Amino acid sequence: MIRLEKRPQPSKAWSYATPLLAVLLTMVAGGALFAILGKDPLLAIRTIFWEPLFGEFAWYYRGQLLIKAGPLVLIAIGLSLGFRAGIWNIGAEGQYIMGAIFGAAVGLAFYPMEARWLIFPLMIIAGAFGGFVWAMIPALLKTKFNTNEILVSLLLVYVAEQFLASMALGLLRNPEGSGFPGSRNLQQYPAAANGELIAGTGLHWGGVAALIAVILAYILLNRHMLGFQIRVTGESPRAARFAGVKPNLLVVVCMGISGGLAGLAGLFEVAGPAGQISIDFNSGYGFTAIIVAFLGRLHPVGILLAGLLLALTYIGGEAAQANLGLPAAAIQAFQGMLLFFLLAVDVLTNFRVRIGKGEMA
Amino acid sequence: MKRRSLLAGGAAAATLGLVRPGFAASHAPLKVGFIYVGPINDGGWTQHHHTSALKMKEHFGDAIELVYQENVPEGADAERAMTQMALGGANIIFTTSFGFMDPTVNVAAKFPNVKFEHCTGYKTADNVGVYSARFYEGRAVTGYLAGAMTKSNKIGYIGSFPIPEVIRGINSSFIHARKANPEVEMNVVWVSTWFDPAKEADATQALLDQGVDVVLAHTDSTAPLAVLEKAGALGFGQAADMYEYAPEPRISSIIDNWAPYYIERVQAVMDEAWESQNNWWGIGDGMVGIGEITGPVPAEVKAEAEKMRDDIAAGSYHPFTGPLNKQDGSAWLAEGEVADDGTLAGMNFYVEGIDGSIPS
Repeated sequence: MIRLEKRPQPSKAWSYATPLLAVLLTMVAGGALFAILGKDPLLAIRTIFWEPLFGEFAWYYRGQLLIKAGPLVLIAIGLSLGFRAGIWNIGAEGQYIMGAIFGAAVGLAFYPMEARWLIFPLMIIAGAFGGFVWAMIPALLKTKFNTNEILVSLLLVYVAEQFLASMALGLLRNPEGSGFPGSRNLQQYPAAANGELIAGTGLHWGGVAALIAVILAYILLNRHMLGFQIRVTGESPRAARFAGVKPNLLVVVCMGISGGLAGLAGLFEVAGPAGQISIDFNSGYGFTAIIVAFLGRLHPVGILLAGLLLALTYIGGEAAQANLGLPAAAIQAFQGMLLFFLLAVDVLTNFRVRIGKGEMA
Repeated sequence: MKRRSLLAGGAAAATLGLVRPGFAASHAPLKVGFIYVGPINDGGWTQHHHTSALKMKEHFGDAIELVYQENVPEGADAERAMTQMALGGANIIFTTSFGFMDPTVNVAAKFPNVKFEHCTGYKTADNVGVYSARFYEGRAVTGYLAGAMTKSNKIGYIGSFPIPEVIRGINSSFIHARKANPEVEMNVVWVSTWFDPAKEADATQALLDQGVDVVLAHTDSTAPLAVLEKAGALGFGQAADMYEYAPEPRISSIIDNWAPYYIERVQAVMDEAWESQNNWWGIGDGMVGIGEITGPVPAEVKAEAEKMRDDIAAGSYHPFTGPLNKQDGSAWLAEGEVADDGTLAGMNFYVEGIDGSIPS
């Protein structure tokens, strides 16, 4: 007979081991899935996890890894602060879009001026501001009218998507694009382009911002009063109130930070890898970042690693699609398994598995 | 600009012998790649590119190797997917969505030995050709049928995005609906998606509620037909024949058939005769097909529609032939004048008689 016994304290060892265990279990189950689809499971796993890092074309893929992980980490860091305090910003995708629109709009307004020292910093500020403003809507509605921030922030994603389409078709449309939707390409506008900082590495300002966010979040959570307030609110809202936490202020701060970071990620993406405001500019970073935040245990360093891991499954997954003919859906299922197993084995952190007859039947 | 650095990487790969030499020099099968925006079983746009690709593969057999990637988001991810394919040794890559335009041009610059074909765009380069279908030719026929079959004198059009391609379709449908029935009015609903069954169904219902009884769609799912079937109204297959809804509500369809084009272009690569071209094929070239006209369509209407189809195919009739005015009443085409491809490619206005405005 197998029994689960609640641990008095969550196990430290298991909390580090479970993510690794989850990855291993995903490889096994995913391998089985690939085998059922008639593909060589070892080759598929190798293509996903090994090829992008050490394979023939790793010189290209490693850079892509940073490009893909950058926005995920940047957004997830912001989300994790709120999640720790029980403030659920699910609408990072919308804030990401608004950041991109605000930032790109500022850059395009200056076209074709060449003052990069002025334009690029202004775009960064505008990008963060765009995400911040969009996050303030659910934050203020929650504090003033006690609405549910999960619903409001999520639904605002769809509003943001409509804005995006309208911008791509109207206000920000490339006047030289013969009527086709989409803005000018910011990559081709040096004053506003967020290009690679070191050639061939894939590292652009968004990656740098993500690293800075990781460090600042670490300091904030461990050394700063606000970090203490966030943690204590998440663990015991009642105790937090005794400790002098103002719940409404905390909602505004956490939503504001996460919105701002999501907006930044959007700006760096639109001015860099994506290049332009187009109807379907967003590709789900805001939602995937939620997985990254939890996969990383809401811990800044964990999020950094989780972002890289998820980026690896994306890039390796694409390689497996293109080279092995695996369907896209199988890759998505594979990524889903990762989160599923993580949540499943989490049980080991909080419970002890006992085999045999229990003392208290 | 620092993004150009990949050029250096590509050049390094070339010197290391990673990039394949011309096809004639190697006897390995020609590698043909496809980048799809949707899933290969979407029932519409992507599925038809994929079935055409499979027909092309069937035609060449072991002489080619077919690789593809589905569900590729437009933007940075598309660039990676194309780069990946080019690095993997693809000789020619077809990118089948408008949003892949800039990524295609960017990646093509890094792989001068790989040919790229971008569907529905307008940017070309030495190794980038563009192709599209003259769907407006097909829409003339379906528009005519819609005008002839409406009893309420109100037809509806479900638009995806207000881009020239879609606006051309709306104009062509409307002009020919009026040819069949000078009283006809057309309501346009925009759904901001190419494929979303729920939204398409809602839009269809909204049109029916406005008194429309024939609906044309420029979105890819069968959802509008399912709604029309319940309401007893009429519609058309889009991208696919959607014959499962025949004889009613589906009374005809516009079918995308890319296979002849894919076969010709891949053959050109094999013969080392590929050149960057801007190809725009219509009914006559077999890229646009008109599905069988079924259901309650009277024989004389059917004959008239088929004649229009054949005249367009033969080149004796152009769907945009004057006299035509723009929506604001200003003159566009004089009597007998035919629209030039440049205007059609960038079309951003309605013709006279259509209500409402193009969203922006």
